[in-house]
Formats: sequence, C-alpha cells, structure tokens
Amino acid sequence: MTGALAMLRKELIVYFTTPIFYLTGFFFLALGGFFFYTSAAYYSMVSLTAAQQPQYAAMLNAVQMIFRPLFSTLAIIFIMMVPLLTMRLLAEEKRSGTAELLFTYPLSDWAVIIGKYLASLIVYLIFLACTLVYPVFFSFLGKLDWGPVLSGYLGLILLGGACLALGLFASSLTENQIIAAVAAFAMLLLFWLIGWQQEVGSPGAGFFGAISLLDHFENLLKGVIDTRDLVYFLSFIFFFLFLTKRQLESRRWRA
Amino acid sequence: MIEVQDLTKFYGPTLAIDRLTFAVEPGEIVGFLGPNAAGKTTTLKILAGFLAPTSGSAAVNGHDCLTASLQARASLGYLPETAPLYPDLTVTQFLRFAARAKGVDPKAESGEIDRIIEDCGLTEVRHTLNASLSKGFRQRLGLAQALLGSPPLLILDEPTIGLDPSQIVEIRQLIKELAGAHTVILSSHILPEVSMLCERVIIINHGRIVASDTPQNLSRQMSRGSRIALGVRGPEPEVAAALQGVSGVRTVAAQGDGRYLVEAGDLELRPLLARLVVEKGWDLLELKAQEFTLEDVFLNLVTEEEADAP
Repeated sequence: MTGALAMLRKELIVYFTTPIFYLTGFFFLALGGFFFYTSAAYYSMVSLTAAQQPQYAAMLNAVQMIFRPLFSTLAIIFIMMVPLLTMRLLAEEKRSGTAELLFTYPLSDWAVIIGKYLASLIVYLIFLACTLVYPVFFSFLGKLDWGPVLSGYLGLILLGGACLALGLFASSLTENQIIAAVAAFAMLLLFWLIGWQQEVGSPGAGFFGAISLLDHFENLLKGVIDTRDLVYFLSFIFFFLFLTKRQLESRRWRA
Repeated sequence: MIEVQDLTKFYGPTLAIDRLTFAVEPGEIVGFLGPNAAGKTTTLKILAGFLAPTSGSAAVNGHDCLTASLQARASLGYLPETAPLYPDLTVTQFLRFAARAKGVDPKAESGEIDRIIEDCGLTEVRHTLNASLSKGFRQRLGLAQALLGSPPLLILDEPTIGLDPSQIVEIRQLIKELAGAHTVILSSHILPEVSMLCERVIIINHGRIVASDTPQNLSRQMSRGSRIALGVRGPEPEVAAALQGVSGVRTVAAQGDGRYLVEAGDLELRPLLARLVVEKGWDLLELKAQEFTLEDVFLNLVTEEEADAP
C-alpha cells in the first residue's frame, strides 16, 4: 500500500513537472470549450425560434442538444490523448534503465501498476473536473436536468479509466514510447469502433457490440446506469491491468 | 548473507553464467572480478531480484531471490552498473521516493534522507534535477539510494566506473567506511581497487568461477613459483648466464641497467644467488623477493582458462 502510494506520488510529480500534462490538458479543455460554446450557441438560436413557434419548444432539451454531443466529443478527444498520457509510464522505465531500480526495490508488481495507473487516472480526473464549469455555467442560465449529466460524467470516468488501463498495458510492451503510443491508439480505436460491425450485420455482430467501448458508453450518456455497463468497464480495466502484471512478470524470465 | 547454488543463466542460446556456487558471510566485502562479459552483472542482477535464473538458486539473507523476492529485496541495496536515475525528479524527491519504496519508517524518513545526503556529499545538489547532475554526482546518488534504509547487503555493480581519479578515491573511501555494518559485494575490472577494498575476491571468467580467495592468498598461490629481483654491477651477458646456471632457476630476464628478474621454484635460492654474485667478484646492489600482484593472478587465470578452452 505504501509502495503504491510512493509510486503514485512519484508519477504525479513527473506529470506535473513535464509539459505533456499541461499540453494535453490545454488542448482537452480548449477543444471541449469550443464544442460547448458551439452547441450552446446553436441551442440558444433554436430556443429563439421556438419562442416564436411553440410547437418546437417541446423538442428543446439542453442535455440532448448540448451535453450528450459534448460528452461524445470529449470522449473522442480523450481517446486521442490517452496514448500521450500513458506512453511514458512503463516504457520509459525500461529505456532509461530505472526499471532496474524499480524492480529491485521491495515493491510488488501490483504496487507499481496501481500507483502508475492511479496517477494517470488522477490526471484525467483533473481534466474532467475542469469541464464541470460547462454544466455549472449552463445551470445558471437555464434549467438543467442534472441526472443524465452526472451519469454522463460517470460514463466519461469509466471510459477514461478503461482507456488508461489499456494505455498502461501498451506501455509495458515496449521500451519505445512512440511504439507504446501507436499501439495504444490502434487498440483503443479498434475497441471504440468494433461495434460498427452491428450495423453491417456481419456474423458475431452481437459479440463485437458487447466488447465495444462505444456501445457501453452510449448507454451511460443516455442516462441509463446499467450494471452490465459498469461490469463491462470494471472488467475491462482489471483485464488490462492484469495483462500488464503478466507482462512485467515475464520480463524477469526473458531479460 | 548470500548463498548461491549452481546458478545458471541463459540469454536465449547464450550461456551467461554456468553453475556458479559461492557464499558470502555477513560483514564480508567481496569483490567480483572478471573481464567484460564474464557474467558479473548477470549474477548481481539475479541476486538483486531483477532477473530470474535459468536454473539453480540464489538466496539473500535467507530469502530465495525468486520465490521470496520481496523479502530478499527488502534486505538489499543495489547500485546498477549505469546508475539509472529519474531525470525529472530532484535529488531530494528521488531519495524520498526511494525511501518510501523501500519501506523506510515514515517518521525516520526525513532524518534518514538528510543523513544519506550528508554522507554521500550531495548537500550542494539536493535541489538539483537529476537530469542536470554530473557523472560523479549521479554515481553518488546511485550509491545514496542503495544505502537508504541501511540494508544489510549492498550490491554494487562497478561503483567507480566513469569517475575521475579524485572521485574514485572518494567513493572507495565511502565503501570502506561501510565495511562492518554492511555486507558488500561489488564487481569491478579494476584490479587495484578490488585488492584495496575487498577481503575476498571471486574471479569469474566465461560465466565460471576460476578462483575465490583473499587477494593475498591468490598472490601467494601464484608465487608457488616466485620471482626474485636482482641488481648486479657486472657484464650483463655473463651475469645472466651465470644466474641461469644456478640449479632451480627457471628463467632469467635482463631488464637493462644491471637489473635482472629471476623466476625460480623456490625463494630459498636467494642466498645461493647472493653467494654466486659475490664469488664472481661482481657487486650485488639489490636482492628482493617480488610478490605477484592481483593483476598477474587475474591475467594468469584468465589466460590459462582461455588456453584450456577447446
């Protein structure tokens, strides 16, 4: 436990002293802000129209028109940023030789993995916390149904957690950060889009839909908190952390 | 403190170490000596728990390095050959991380870090980023993290490599001061260093132990044959011929300036040689037994081994 905390603290120091955190944070929030502004501006334009033609007023829904598309966009932006946040975590230890220190300290492999994983998750939660400004800001201007917004945030947290676990695993595969980033990005994209199989009706479409990140995320965006989705994300996270653990163990043997 | 039994490691098809067996007692300072690629680093990495052996076993402080890895690792400090550091941390941040990772008591942590910084001469760089440290400071910081928490065993892989002469002296001094309180196993290919620091030397070549003894004993074993240095004022060819004529003398090497190096089976030839020179009417200027240095032992063992190899 203290080992995992030591690891977590060290990784956070590294995140906060290197530019990658500030760079990804800046673009995540800049793009998020831009999409929030355009959706909100469109919503207010439609609202004006609705004021003149009351039959449209029933269709106005801030969550559907602003926050669902915003959260989908944030998810896409974050998927592109995950490799940047995770590529360093284990690959750099191997490249710089510090793995030799890390794995000769009395730290269990799980302490190393959990510490590093939680550090990346905390960084992501900081980004997400900054986006809370949008719904808070909106709730001052109009009526906001907080339920689906919060379940959307739950979706973003789970999705981000899953992506980071996969990114950490990719980083354990190689000592080259670029390869780790490319591998993470390719795998994430695959897990994101694999659900499209359903639309072309190919065999096994149900299976592909079940393992697709997108399908499970969309349920949460709609405000539906289903245990199936929660179990999916949590097992996704555990599965990739477990693979990372196996990968670290095999290092001792292969050298 | 260290028990190694039939330790073998293959890297793919390449044999790195071949059935090593040795033990190190608590409080000993043992030097691991061998040419490059002899298997020194591999052995130390296995002891430190970084690599798994292909077969055989290694135990530190009674804990097996593979099956009880965490307990074994808790009782050692390891300085890898390259002294790797986290470039984005400062010296203090790095030591704090190392202290926590090694489970140093949180209450004693700050005191322990200050003590280590003081002992290793890192005071002036304590707030410097690791990335901007000079080679000497990097090496000292590497040693500092190994010393944190006062582990009973220190494994130092080439602790003085890449340092300038004055830094080498400092680091050696530091290691000497550790003697007694810690068991130290260090690898090196610098022979004087090993004979200076270590009570016992294990010479390893092609992954096998070729000798293991105190530096003095190793030199003595070598001098089953012994060398006698002579200084004689007289005509060189005649002196050399006369020396060669003494029974028991194997070779005579004239080194110019009236100096001769006689290799003989027995040091007790000295009185015979002295009498001979005097009888011939030459002046005897110097007569002394010469000890073999560790360097001779090492070269001898390593080259013998090479000649034996098929």
